[in-house]
Amino acid sequence: MPTPTIQSPAVEEHPDVALVARAREGDTAAFEQLVRQYDRQIFRVAQHITQNREDAEDIVQDVFLKAYEKLDQFQGNSKFSTWLVRIAVNESLMRLRKRKTSRTVSMDEDVQTEEGAIPRDFADWSPNPEQIYGQSELGDILRKTIQGLPPGFRTVFTLRDIENLSTEETAEALGLSVPAVKSRLLRARLQLRERLSRYLKQPEGVKP
Amino acid sequence: MTCTEFLAKMTDYFDGTIAKELEAEVRQHMCECSHCEVVVNTTRQTIKIYRDTDVYELSTDTRERLIANIMSKCRGKGCA
Ligand SMILES: [Zn+2]
Repeated sequence: MPTPTIQSPAVEEHPDVALVARAREGDTAAFEQLVRQYDRQIFRVAQHITQNREDAEDIVQDVFLKAYEKLDQFQGNSKFSTWLVRIAVNESLMRLRKRKTSRTVSMDEDVQTEEGAIPRDFADWSPNPEQIYGQSELGDILRKTIQGLPPGFRTVFTLRDIENLSTEETAEALGLSVPAVKSRLLRARLQLRERLSRYLKQPEGVKP
Repeated sequence: MTCTEFLAKMTDYFDGTIAKELEAEVRQHMCECSHCEVVVNTTRQTIKIYRDTDVYELSTDTRERLIANIMSKCRGKGCA
């Protein structure tokens, strides 16, 4: 698959480049180092998109095996981690499609929904949600909330806001244009905000 | 600036990629519109809370099992 080129600024060589070069020569220890650097990130991305732990674990393995087989195709004009994320997104969407046989899953379909396009809840939030809910309860709320987002929205939010990819890197990983990423990101953030408001807003009349 | 126009600029504002003169307008709108001010603050909190909470953790056991599987298959591909 052709990698869309984005303008790469003149930066110092990323340490991954040397590891990839060694792995290409057959140095499996170098490859293991790369696996250990990015396995958690790949797992999070896969789990966020598929919402299925078993799938996410399989995807971690598939992504690194695919990457290993295709190391020669890694061009070095994007970050190695972005390249991995891109493979992970493709694998995840494929699994998601397999599970939802009746429904197609694409990056484009869910822009139709109007939910979250216009904010409705204007109550301010408690500044310390971790004091209202325990860690595990908060985790449940966050999982439940992001689960309800259309796949295209939660994928963009995951890459951009949770994994901290740049807008350009997110666009590259998803095969979307920069404006398309921006509009999905806004919608994703607003939908999550609206849904979390239910749990995190301050009781009426209470001012900090 | 209307609330709709404000929302359309919110992503660029968050990302710091907004043009200087627009940024002044955005800030001005937030001073005048408490609804949009709340939307910005709570959206910021939304992002922060997801960033700070590891929603999906990989246990050490699972992790080591996955890595061992990956590495044994890589070694099986005739390298090293
Ligand atoms: Zn407003």
